Amino acid sequence: MRLARLFLPAGVLLTLAVLWEVVVWGLEVPKWIVPSPSAIWQAFWEMRALLGVHVAQTMLEVAVGIGIAVASGVSVAAAINFSPLLQRAIYPLLVISQTVPILALAPLLIIWFGFGIAPKVIVVTLFCFFPIAVNTSDGLTSTEPELIDLFRSMGATWLQIWRKVRLPAALPYFFSGLKIAATYSVTGAIVGEWVGAKQGLGIYMLRSSAAFKTAQVFSAIVITSLLSILLFLAVFALERGTMPWHFDER
Amino acid sequence: MTLLAVDSLSKTFSGGSRRGARGEVEAVVDLTFKVEEGEFLTIIGPSGCGKSTLLRLLAGLVQPDSGQVILQGQPLPNASDRQGRFGYMPQRDTLLPWRTVLENVILGVELAGGSLDTAREEARRLLPLFGLDGFESNWPSTLSGGMRQRAALLRTFLAGYDILLLDEPFGALDALTRRMLQQWLLGVRTRFSKTVLFITHDIDEALLLGDRILVFSPRPGRITADLSINLPHARNENTILEESFLALKRNVLAQLRL
Repeated sequence: MRLARLFLPAGVLLTLAVLWEVVVWGLEVPKWIVPSPSAIWQAFWEMRALLGVHVAQTMLEVAVGIGIAVASGVSVAAAINFSPLLQRAIYPLLVISQTVPILALAPLLIIWFGFGIAPKVIVVTLFCFFPIAVNTSDGLTSTEPELIDLFRSMGATWLQIWRKVRLPAALPYFFSGLKIAATYSVTGAIVGEWVGAKQGLGIYMLRSSAAFKTAQVFSAIVITSLLSILLFLAVFALERGTMPWHFDER
Repeated sequence: MTLLAVDSLSKTFSGGSRRGARGEVEAVVDLTFKVEEGEFLTIIGPSGCGKSTLLRLLAGLVQPDSGQVILQGQPLPNASDRQGRFGYMPQRDTLLPWRTVLENVILGVELAGGSLDTAREEARRLLPLFGLDGFESNWPSTLSGGMRQRAALLRTFLAGYDILLLDEPFGALDALTRRMLQQWLLGVRTRFSKTVLFITHDIDEALLLGDRILVFSPRPGRITADLSINLPHARNENTILEESFLALKRNVLAQLRL
């Protein structure tokens, strides 16, 4: 059933690709303006070894960035739910921080942290932090008061209430945030690489584009999409594994 | 033997700090009663009369303005003294959705730091009696409303407290399921020597299950009647049709001024 639902969009995609191919061949569009799907595939296949290196670099930045975003996002969410004073002090700043254009920040990060992995990781973290922090915070606030009453009546300590009620109750919200973050993260890494990098899909795109190797740019774009989708699916699988009760026979 | 004594308990809630909110609300006034060991006490009254507040006061979730709670001769003045002393079952179904039935029902033992293996063994032994045989590995979301309430009752029971405080445990169920659970409770309660405070807004339920009934006035809640429920026969599904039962019911209806 699930797989069957994929047939329709896959069919549309395939039709569009065929149409694209035919139009490009028919109108004899130059390869450096719009390459055909087959040319994109060819560009991918020729460069596959080098692409692997770039993908590995980008995904390393993504992994470290998401890791830091999860740790800091969850900590901040827990802190502002722990103290109403912190909540009033930090929550508005969280929202304001999201209005800062990260694209404009990236060159500054290069000035401060150089051309290594650090500025890219920071950009990924900036992209991912907000959805994780805000969703987790909303999840922690949403705990049913009856559950907390029940625990208090049983003489539970606040640590028990956090571990056994508030954190599990916030899990679905956390995963919503993580799914959004996962889809942002690869784009975040590429933005970070555009400003200056030695390796990574972003710098590969820039170099290819500068050399008018448009098919290579397209192949990198497709890879970026696929990586984002894979990451999303990985988070979804993790969500199912962590919260079986949320999915079984609802 | 007197297990629990409630002495002139009063509670007024302030209307909150929001501007425009109404002022203070008197919830319960001067509640005084005693509960004997093993007694099944039902509490009835119109909605909003402070029945739930009484249980929350006892469970240590609310602090009274005046009066005291004395358990086994020992006064429990602070909320923290009362927490962990009563088996409180809130009105809304509160099974943890991320735990299986078995892991839900051993929660009380777990929080108290008791042996989980012993608790699981005891729970498995009692699951059939609570109509949950074969459901120990189910998520609560896969259970019917009646089963969820029985699981919540089993959890309250297994926590091992002497006094159970049940806040309208069958209130959210449909009429037929409610009937079935009342009969079930009548059947099992003789097997356990628990003292129970049972809130309900259903007169039949209060009289069918209780040894004694407290009638509350509309808000602010005061005790307007304290009646023993002496029925001649062992109770069953026909009890509510008997003349002695109907006489009691007329009496309670008069007390409620309905």
